Parts: sequence; C-alpha cells; structure tokens
Amino acid sequence: MSQPLIELREVCKTYNDGQPNAFTAIDGISLALEHGRISALRGPSGSGKTTLLTLLGCLARPTSGRVRIGDEDVSALPERFLTELRRQRFGFVFQQFNLIRGLSARDNVMLPAFPLGQPHAVLSARAQALLERFRLAHRADAPVEWLSGGEQQRVAIARALINDPDILIADEPTANLDTRLAEEFLQLMAELHADGKTIVLTSHDPLVLDSGLMHRIVTLRDGRVVDAQ
Amino acid sequence: MRTWLNRQRLLIEYTVAALGRRRARSLGLLLTYTAVVFVLASVMLFTHALRQEAARVLAHSPEVVLQHLVAGRHALIPADYLERIPRQRGVREMTPRLWGYFYDPVVQANYTFMATADAPPPGHILIGPAMARARGVAPGNLIAWRAYDGAVHTFTVAGILDAHSELMSADLVLLGEDDFRGFFNYPEGQYTDIAIAVRNPREVRNVATRLSEALPDARLILRDEVLRTYAALFDWRQGIVLAILSGALLAFALLAWDKASGLAAEERREIGILKAIGWETGDVLRMKFWEGALLSGTAFLSGYVLAHVHVFHLHGALFRPVLQGWAVLYPRFALPPEIDPLQVLTLALLTVLPYTVAVLVPCWRAATTDPDAVMRS
Repeated sequence: MSQPLIELREVCKTYNDGQPNAFTAIDGISLALEHGRISALRGPSGSGKTTLLTLLGCLARPTSGRVRIGDEDVSALPERFLTELRRQRFGFVFQQFNLIRGLSARDNVMLPAFPLGQPHAVLSARAQALLERFRLAHRADAPVEWLSGGEQQRVAIARALINDPDILIADEPTANLDTRLAEEFLQLMAELHADGKTIVLTSHDPLVLDSGLMHRIVTLRDGRVVDAQ
Repeated sequence: MRTWLNRQRLLIEYTVAALGRRRARSLGLLLTYTAVVFVLASVMLFTHALRQEAARVLAHSPEVVLQHLVAGRHALIPADYLERIPRQRGVREMTPRLWGYFYDPVVQANYTFMATADAPPPGHILIGPAMARARGVAPGNLIAWRAYDGAVHTFTVAGILDAHSELMSADLVLLGEDDFRGFFNYPEGQYTDIAIAVRNPREVRNVATRLSEALPDARLILRDEVLRTYAALFDWRQGIVLAILSGALLAFALLAWDKASGLAAEERREIGILKAIGWETGDVLRMKFWEGALLSGTAFLSGYVLAHVHVFHLHGALFRPVLQGWAVLYPRFALPPEIDPLQVLTLALLTVLPYTVAVLVPCWRAATTDPDAVMRS
C-alpha cells in the first residue's frame, strides 16, 4: 500500500476549549486517505463531517493529534504556511458555493490565484479554459448571482481548480442540486478523478454514496469513526 | 518585483470591483469625504493665500510707523516731532502722512482719504476701484461730499486706481494735501502719523526702541508686527470657520468611522471566503488598504482640486465674506495660487490616514479568524 496522502492520528477538535461551553466535534479520529481516490464522509447532522473536512483541508488546526499532508506534519503550522499549503494543494467546493456576488464567473474563478501575482492575462486565459471545460464559457462575464444553481456549482469547481491543486474538498456538494444536476456533478468528479485528483467530500445523499464512484466511505457518529469501508 | 506589482494590480482590481458592488455606499462616502476635504482645503488655501498676499502687499509698507498718543489714544502729530525724529540715529528717511476716514451715507461705506505728494491737481481725486463701482463714477465725473463740518466739497474724479492693488486701494481716495486739510478742517502743520525708513533693516527694532525712548508719548508700529497681526487675524478667522464647521466635520468623522470600522455581514463573509480559498491575512489587509487608500485618496485629490478651483478661479465665493472680513466695499482681487507642501501633507495625513487605518482595524480582526468559519456559514 502506498503512503497516504492525508493522514490523521488521534485527532481531536474541541471548540471553546477550556470554557464551560466547550464542545468536542472530533474525538480521537485516526484516518488515512490515499492519493487519487474519491473518499466520502457520511453521518448524521452533527456527527463531525464538516469539522473533519476542515481539518483535512487545513482550514482549521486540531486541538490535539497530528495531521500530515504527504510528508509534512501540518498540525502546528503557522497560519501563513497553512494558507500557502491550502492554496497550492487544495481546492474547495462549499455547500453554499460561496461565490462572491457582483463579480463575474471568470473573476470568481481567478480569485484564489490573485495572491500569486501572475499576470492578469495568464490568469484570465486559465480561468476561461476551465469555464470552457465546464461548458460555461458563454457565461464567463455574467455576474454569478445571475447563474443557475448548477452553473454556480460548476463555477465553484472551476475556482477550486484554478491553482491546479491535487486535492479537491467538497462539502455536501449535491445538497442544493436536483437529481439531474447531482448526476452531472458526479460525472465531473469522475472526470477529475481520471485527471489524477484526490477528492474528499461529505455527503448523506444516497445518489452520491451509492453512485459506485466512491472508493471509500467513512461513517461518522458523535465525532468518531464508526465505519471506514 | 514584477510578481509584487502584478499582485497589487490584481488586488486593486478586486478592490475597485468591490467598491463598484457597493456602489451607493461607496459613492455616498466618496461624495461626503470629498465635500469635507473641499471645505478644509478651501479654508486652508484661502487663508494661506491671503496671508501670502498680505505679506506681499505689506512688503512695500513703511518699516516703522510712528503715532502720537494722548491719554492712550491716537492723536495728531505735533510739529516738534518732525524736528526731533530725523536726529535719531539709524533713521534714514521720515515721511509725515495725512490720512483719515470718511463715512459716505450714500453707499453706507467708509472711505480712506489720503494726502499724497504725487496727487492730482487741486479739486481732483484718484479713487479706488471698489468705491468707483459703488458710486458708479468714472474719470471726469464730479463727486460731492458733505464734510464733517457741514460744508459741501466737490471733486473731479481724475482717475481710478490700478485694479492690481485693489486689496489695499478698494476704498481709497487720494488727494492733494491742501484739499485734504480743507475737507477735514485739518490743523496746518500737523499730521496723522509718520512713516519712517531705517538705514539698516536689521536695526529696525533698535531704532524703534531709541525712538520710543526719545518720544515716550509715541506709539511705534513695526511692519513685522503688522504682518504678525494679519497672520493672527487670518488664523483666527480660519479657526472661526473651522469651529463653525466642526459639527459637520465631527459628523463626517463619525460616519466615516462607522462605515469603515463596522464590517457588514456580507464583507465579513467575503473575507472568510477569500481566506478559505487561499488568501493570506496579509492579502486581505492589503486589499482593504487599497480600498481605504483609493477611496480616501480619490476624495482627497478631488476635494483638493475642487478647493483649488474654488479659491483661485471662483475667488473663494463660499467663504470669502468670512475669511476676508466684513465690508461694504469688497475689494475684487485674484489671489495668486499658493500651495504650501506642508499644508497639503497635513491635510492628506488628517484625511487619508485615519480612514485607511479605520478600514484596516476591523478587517484585521475579521481576517485573523479561522477560515473554517466559512464552511459553517
């Protein structure tokens, strides 16, 4: 078995640690996710899926335990290095898409690359190519609030890919989509997997979990892994 | 370097788009901001230009003016003064002067009458441009006044004084010594005051001290003191205007602080998204810095340019009555454009810097929160 791309060891995440309202969302999870796989985190609401996803995606640091990305222990990395890592290696697709209203689809796609300081023309061409790939070239200049739910999600995926990351993180990606759009999303995931991307998503949608695309399904309950197929 | 420039360009581009998205708010803030800079800059430019103009005009005024005091009041110069002054060491030249004020009930204005050596022939006068406008007279016209003793005196207007000197000559009437003494019933051999020129300009203060020791009942007025008085007067007027406007300025400061420091939920969400997709705290702060700097910088430039046009092309129409002083005969004069770099810098620091900082502080707070918050929004 190859070395895991993302590895968690005895990871805990407690919010408001040390205060009377402290709440442990993740309670001692150890997990290894391999390169080039599609993994799904499932569980009831409040089971810790999204929190685990934020730890896997370096959006938050664990209260205790170790998180490794490749060879690097990122558990205690300062925010600046964590941001750089996130920018280089991760692409995020949020449940609410989290696009910036008022900006065009193309500008939204370009946003994660702004801090890299590449020439505008290069970025714009790359964003346009991604939008073409996701059949959105004709909507490139439209403000994102004018787009349909499916189109917005494809813009969000294009944005996640602008820095060519090797890991794609998606939180409840089909929660706001109808069946046709959800199937379209799965098709896109299959294409990205074929490109060599590692995909980690949360979902409790049977359409996703039973699609046959998932290489691994991790079931969570009360912040613990109860099953990892 | 190129990467840094590209990054700043992209951040500015994003900032401009962000300002455009909040168009009504940004435009409202920009207009209010511009108006405040305009008012401040107008007052500062106008007062500074007046001070400079006063200094320029007074550069040709006497170095020392000597007046005679009786019971602490300005009285006529006694004849023996004219003999004693030239004997004082350091005095180069002495010019006794005759001048006085006359109230003209026709236009309800005060004129300054002055006898001069190069006056027009007897029965003729030269008058200031503002007075000519007020009385509607032209060279060759006759003008009649009832003097303080009740007698009516008629003069022929020989000419209008040069408009370039209007700041000083707006209400001036120049006439011969005999006409002056006749009109005011002024005692022969006595004068209003004496203008004194000294040999060494650096010795003005010492000469004045010697004069005041020799003539204890005299008051000596130095040109430098007049200049300082003018500066203080214009500063005082500037202060009055700013005090009157302070309510509006304070209201703006509160508005700007509120708008800049209170992050809207939408902005907070945006910062969260940007951090989640890979922007560093520094990138967010740089973007916000550009937002503050662009808004306040544009407002500063627009306000300053508008103030410049207002003061130097529209003659400071809005603040002229207050800053220039109250008078019936307003002089018409164009102030030469004067820009004091220190003043510009002060204004820029007072307007651009506080807003930029006010924008940054709350952003720093929002930008240093964990980006995972966006996953839960």
